[in-house]
Amino acid sequence: MSIDPSEDRSVSTLPEGLWTQPVPSVPVDLGDDPVQRQVVPASMRYDYSPGLATSRFLRGLAEKRILGERCPETGEVYVPPRGVSPVSGLRTTEQVEVGPKATITSFCVVHIGFGVNAPPTPFVSALFLPDGAAVSLYGTMGEIAHDEVRIGMRVEPVWVDDADLTTSMENIRYWRPIDEPDVPAEQLKGHM
Amino acid sequence: MAADEMDGADSSELLRAPLVIEYPFNRTTGPVVGAFVTALRNRTVLGIRDTSGRVVCPPVEYDPRTGAPLEELVEVGDAGEITSWSWVPEVREGQPLQTPHALALIRLDGADTSLLHVVDAPGPDSVATGARVRIRWADEPTGAITDIECFELDGGAS
Repeated sequence: MSIDPSEDRSVSTLPEGLWTQPVPSVPVDLGDDPVQRQVVPASMRYDYSPGLATSRFLRGLAEKRILGERCPETGEVYVPPRGVSPVSGLRTTEQVEVGPKATITSFCVVHIGFGVNAPPTPFVSALFLPDGAAVSLYGTMGEIAHDEVRIGMRVEPVWVDDADLTTSMENIRYWRPIDEPDVPAEQLKGHM
Repeated sequence: MAADEMDGADSSELLRAPLVIEYPFNRTTGPVVGAFVTALRNRTVLGIRDTSGRVVCPPVEYDPRTGAPLEELVEVGDAGEITSWSWVPEVREGQPLQTPHALALIRLDGADTSLLHVVDAPGPDSVATGARVRIRWADEPTGAITDIECFELDGGAS
């Protein structure tokens, strides 16, 4: 793991620091090159299984289909499915294809990206409510300036090339606006 | 598709994948921890005196009980005693020693609190609460807690 010091900003480089601390008295000579920072990488390695319901969802993504599952009590469709309804606690009984068109329910302009797949900043991360679903999927916006994104905006996913499709959320490269009228915010209540 | 059908899927339906979560922390050490690790680079261990006169090692910036800022760093010994320990029979990647070892709380001479580190010992039978241990320094100190390569049982080659 490498760190580019030129891109690093730290408290100690601010004129006064974020707050002042007393300088301790030191009983031994520490020389003229004290340690001021440390690179401390932390890493956790998992053998991850998403469970059967989310496995079905990921296999659907490999076919460019967004598959939710329906709560038997409320009839709402949850995506990605976890096998049980988060509202009733009952097992979901029916697989339902949702989207691919969706509506932005919330978004954030990101100025400090991290991770190997982060787009160039500033970019917009957002929650996308696929048509027919009760809850939103996380993703990023493309093909639009960051300051033109709106809640209620209609969007569609942009998929990776067919040859690159896998059982992964990364099949959706990003979402882009489509030429449809915005959905009024009142209609998005409860679906954030 | 009905639920029974869906849940009757055999385990080959279940996806698995390696997942690595990494954080490349680049931390400022501050005046107290900075002095502590700088002293380690010089093969010296520092604690700090709290408002009740106890020596806290590793040193902290603020009194653990009152929150008052602390300023009096003091040198403590390079040997001490085990106050608590646990044996690690199977070593994992990234652990400080690549042979089975003890994880121990060690109260260094001159300190009133304990430091967490590893003890290189031949087996759990050779480790005991109250046992004396001594620092084995890394060959090439860098200004980090790993400048203490490990502790070894005092008075006996481990």
